Amino acid sequence: MQWLLSFYRSTIGKKILMAVTGLLLVGFVVSHMLANLLVFQGPGKLDEYAAFLRGTGGALWVARGGLLAAAVLHVVLALQLTRLNQVSRPARYARRVPQVSTLGSRSMRWGGVLLLAFIVYHLLHFTFGPTHPSYPAFDHATVHANVLTAFTGRWGVVAFYVVAMGALGLHLSHGVWSMLQTVGVNHPNLNQGRRRLAQALAAVVALGFAAVPIAVGLGWVR
Amino acid sequence: MELNARIPSGPIEQKWDRAKFENKLVNPANKRKHTVLVVGSGLAGASAAATLGELGYRVECFCFQDSPRRAHSIAAQGGINAAKNYQNDGDSIYRLFYDTVKGGDFRSREANVYRLAQISVEIIDQCVAQGVPFAREYGGLLANRSFGGAQVSRTFYARGQTGQQLLLGAYSALERQIAAGTVRMFPRTEMLDLIVIDGRARGIVVRDLVTGRIEPHFGDAVVLGTGGYSNVFYLSTNAKGCNVTATYRAYKRGAAFGNPCFTQIHPTCIPVSGDYQSKLTLMSESLRNDGRVWVPKQKGDTRRPRSIPEAERDYYLERKYPSFGNLAPRDIASRSAKEVCDEGRGVGENGLGVYLDFADAIGRLGEQVIRERYGNLFEMYQRITDEDPYRVPMRIFPAVHYTMGGLWVDYHLMSTVPGLFVIGEANFSDHGANRLGASALMQGLADGYFVLPHTIGDYLARGTPGPPDAGHADVRGVLEAVHERTRRLLAVQGARTVDSFHRELGRVMWDHCGMARNDAGLRKALARIPEIREEFWRNVRVLGEGEELNQSLEKAGRVADFLEFGELMCRDALHRRESCGGHFREESQTPEGEALRDDDQYAYVAAWAYAGDGREPVLHKEPLAFEYVPLATRSYK
Amino acid sequence: MNLTLLVWRQASPSAAGRMERYEAKGMSPDMSFLEMLDVVNEGLIERGETPIAFEHDCREGICGSCGLMIDGVAHGPMSGTATCQLHMRSFRDGATITIEPWRARAFPVLRDLVVDRGAFDRIIQAGGYIGVATGNAPDANAIPIAKDVVDRAMDAAQCIGCGACVAACPNASAMLFTAAKATHLGLLPQGQTERYRRALRMVTRMDIEGFGGCTNFGECQEACPKEISVDTIARLNRDYLKASLVASPSADGGADGG
Ligand SMILES: Cc1cc2nc3c(=O)[nH]c(=O)nc-3n(C[C@H](O)[C@H](O)[C@H](O)COP(=O)(O)OP(=O)(O)OC[C@H]3O[C@@H](n4cnc5c(N)ncnc54)[C@H](O)[C@@H]3O)c2cc1C
Ligand code: HEM
Ligand code: HEM
Ligand code: SF4
Ligand code: F3S
Ligand code: FES
Repeated sequence: MQWLLSFYRSTIGKKILMAVTGLLLVGFVVSHMLANLLVFQGPGKLDEYAAFLRGTGGALWVARGGLLAAAVLHVVLALQLTRLNQVSRPARYARRVPQVSTLGSRSMRWGGVLLLAFIVYHLLHFTFGPTHPSYPAFDHATVHANVLTAFTGRWGVVAFYVVAMGALGLHLSHGVWSMLQTVGVNHPNLNQGRRRLAQALAAVVALGFAAVPIAVGLGWVR
Repeated sequence: MELNARIPSGPIEQKWDRAKFENKLVNPANKRKHTVLVVGSGLAGASAAATLGELGYRVECFCFQDSPRRAHSIAAQGGINAAKNYQNDGDSIYRLFYDTVKGGDFRSREANVYRLAQISVEIIDQCVAQGVPFAREYGGLLANRSFGGAQVSRTFYARGQTGQQLLLGAYSALERQIAAGTVRMFPRTEMLDLIVIDGRARGIVVRDLVTGRIEPHFGDAVVLGTGGYSNVFYLSTNAKGCNVTATYRAYKRGAAFGNPCFTQIHPTCIPVSGDYQSKLTLMSESLRNDGRVWVPKQKGDTRRPRSIPEAERDYYLERKYPSFGNLAPRDIASRSAKEVCDEGRGVGENGLGVYLDFADAIGRLGEQVIRERYGNLFEMYQRITDEDPYRVPMRIFPAVHYTMGGLWVDYHLMSTVPGLFVIGEANFSDHGANRLGASALMQGLADGYFVLPHTIGDYLARGTPGPPDAGHADVRGVLEAVHERTRRLLAVQGARTVDSFHRELGRVMWDHCGMARNDAGLRKALARIPEIREEFWRNVRVLGEGEELNQSLEKAGRVADFLEFGELMCRDALHRRESCGGHFREESQTPEGEALRDDDQYAYVAAWAYAGDGREPVLHKEPLAFEYVPLATRSYK
Repeated sequence: MNLTLLVWRQASPSAAGRMERYEAKGMSPDMSFLEMLDVVNEGLIERGETPIAFEHDCREGICGSCGLMIDGVAHGPMSGTATCQLHMRSFRDGATITIEPWRARAFPVLRDLVVDRGAFDRIIQAGGYIGVATGNAPDANAIPIAKDVVDRAMDAAQCIGCGACVAACPNASAMLFTAAKATHLGLLPQGQTERYRRALRMVTRMDIEGFGGCTNFGECQEACPKEISVDTIARLNRDYLKASLVASPSADGGADGG
């Protein structure tokens, strides 16, 4: 266990855990995004899927537990690393001009915080209901209906979701590449691919998610 | 003072083994009771300190840079020689020995040179084991190139950064010992004097360059690996910090200085561009393997190089030295360049330059191959001159590069002060009057890894008085002298900057003690230098205090020593009325203007002993006998 | 050319520093950046003002002594060059140039533009070597090494220890420096036996010295005068992971790191 401790203590160890938890989260958002697209298959489909998930019983809770743990760890690590990296340069430069670092890489921190805020709001929105218009009559089983009522005519909410998805896209555009770099997936022949993969994935996820609130808002979904 | 070289008897092939056998050994248990002070962390110092640490001695190592890794050895580009004969082109220990003695124009000690050639082989093994990434062939075996003045390919290299890689190897070994606790490292610490008690070296006085604190360090032996003194010329290829202080202070404490006037002028450097110029940059002479040196046939030809037809170009090295051509030894290549420039055929704005042309090589091998071989050198050149050597020929000019002279040492690398050992470029070395390319790295590492660790053991095993107590009168005397000197430098508060004096000295040295020397010029220099020195002590301006990080003060101390040392160099150059190697006396040349040696009168090492301020130093001679390499005029025709 | 310099002046490690303004008149575009500072200093001394302390030695980009933050860019505008290799022709006449020291908790300022990079030496002490004592080396050609392997090792081995990677990194992380050494030695057959121990110990030391962690910004690679690639960082991450998971406990991270 000693090794685990010193692994966690080290900057690289933290970073690798960051990457691993990040990967889990990525896995989740991708599948979640795909599931959400069922909205376009007309009423029922999404509810069926939700029902199916709930049907799996224990498995779902295990998944939820793992996901929660990952998210928490990810955030805790993010805070620790950010803190450490800030104290590593107590005196600021009078002038510093970033040369190559991407917006994605530079927005990991506040972007992440925005995501955190989003997730909290989002859970209250669709899972527990308090922020959902149908509250207190909210029933999280009627997923399709919930989505419609949540976004139709509610441009503020739509906007917030879209912005959050933008943040997610940015986060992933650096995150996924960074993740590979962190766990040492690198080879002369791969390295070009790593960035493109990250950007593609980021775009797909962000657009895939954003499609729903926008479409619903515009009343394209029945 | 008598100069006993302590050369072991017996056939030259067996001398070193014999010496190692006859040397007394220090009992392993006692090694850690001995403290050795190693000044310098270049190839010589770092390898010595690391090896002594591995052997179990208590070592203290000093350097003025902020890290031992920055010693000037880091700048060596071309490569390191070794008689491995991997290329099967007829090389051998004996040939390397022969080439080095001949290349040194018969002014070096045969026994030392032979040992150097023997050890060269082990050096490469050691460095590869340390992880030095020498260039390799596709087959995975080590690559070699031929290097200035050699007709076999015996030079090992790591791109254009051989010195860097070798030094980082020695540095990593040193850091390993520091971690192990056998070596204590003192970076940013400058040696300002030597502590000699009852005729033995017992310690040094150093200044902490951050706090300015001046304090003594004591040991059973002192090793100087403090490098060369080319900066006496102000402009040289050496790093700005290179100095003569350590060796010159030792000289003033009784160590004889050998052949101070033997300096090497490197033929392929980037020409001076303006008077703000702070140093000269070397283009590794490996460039001469593929580049062709030429100047226009007629004087004052101002056409662009490419528009000068073949017929009107003078490839003077190929013309004068058909068998060696562009690979003629450094001193010869440099002097020829000076000649053509004196004839007014020099190129570039100030006419102080010659072309080094790669057009043929690029045509023959293609740009890619050339980029492979010299990429980083070409870049360096373009960065500095803003010209693209792939398109226009380089402009090069000779510059002071290396000093063969240094503190006199015997076969054991011990100076005339018992307990004071001198290694690397700092000693008067195995290179005679001219050093062959790629042999200084070899010598530095041979001294540090393989020679000194044995010979110093012998000295220690024969019993040492041990470190003196700090309160000893002589210790206090030296300390006081150092303090006094610092105070004086700060007290002058004159009008001129240190650099302005350094530049002035440099010009005098270059004009009268440079590539070509003559009686009148040297006498002029000998008259001028004391005047400059006198003004220095009257009119220099050094601001700030002693007890702080004070770069002007550091410089001032070094320049003050150069101002005394320059005189010693000129005196040596004046006394040696012959031409040999890098030392060209215009009075002594063949009708064709080649250097003319005078073996009857000058086949000796000139070892100068300090005789007190204002007094002429005393000349001692170590006669040189050549039993294995018959004396012959060096001819590269 | 005429320039205005904004330079960080700080009398001692403890003293408070500030930016000072200097006029540099009549400079030549062929001067190196450090030669420009030389000339400025000469002027200051003549006026009786303390010259600007800055580090330098070889002045040809190989010793790693020099290193200035110029207009917010480590080693200045030209990529792949150390400060001493920078020439004034890279600036426009009349420009205002901001000059600061490397800034990092692990690199305390000693005076003006001079910082203490001793932390780098201690990282090397922790494991940046191949433990082979003088004298017991096999023949140099005993182990063939593929050319491309040596070439890649050499790419990493070129690090001059200047610290620009730390200076440019938003996290003041020393990953590029550490990874360059780990990669140089880790690629070579001679470096294998200590490979994982090396990774553990060097990284531990790096953390102890107070450098930040790498979050893959990639600024270091851009600032590096030897253009060392961040691929070395991925490699070190991998080695460190392997070391932590599989390496024997004897390959201790050495809490002291040294
Ligand atoms: C540009 C250039 C290229 C070269 N290329 C080659 C080549 O290709 N092949 C080759 O064989 N040779 C080459 N040489 C020559 C060779 O590099 C040097 O002769 C050799 O490296 C000297 O090593 P050293 O250890 O004796 O001294 P250095 O490496 O100069 O080390 C001197 C050490 O002494 C310390 N020191 C000096 N004075 C003091 C003091 N007063 N107090 C405390 N410490 C002090 C310094 O800090 C430093 O650590 C080249 C030289 C130059 C300048
Ligand atoms: C919930 C709040 C979140 C915060 C505060 C946050 C913060 C961060 C931060 C600061 C990093 C950079 C860490 C580093 O590179 O060392 C990071 C990396 C990462 N994050 Fe997040 N993140 C959050 C949510 C997410 C989510 C929801 C996902 C997945 C969709 C995610 C995926 C990633 C990935 C893949 C990385 C890259 C890890 C690496 O660089 O190795 N993060 N996160
Ligand atoms: C516009 C995009 C999104 C829409 C329309 C959406 C919709 C939904 C809906 C309807 C649910 C409830 C499902 C159920 O209870 O069965 C849900 C749950 C959830 N969503 Fe989203 N979501 C979106 C984006 C995201 C993002 C970007 C994240 C994370 C970064 C996220 C994380 C979650 C989580 C953690 C749950 C709870 C899952 C569970 O109950 O186990 N969502 N989402
Ligand atoms: S990695 Fe590059 S920037 Fe960092 S110290 Fe080495 S050479 Fe300098
Ligand atoms: S800039 Fe810093 S974050 Fe990592 S990639 Fe380079 S060390
Ligand atoms: S002064 Fe040596 S690298 Fe710049």
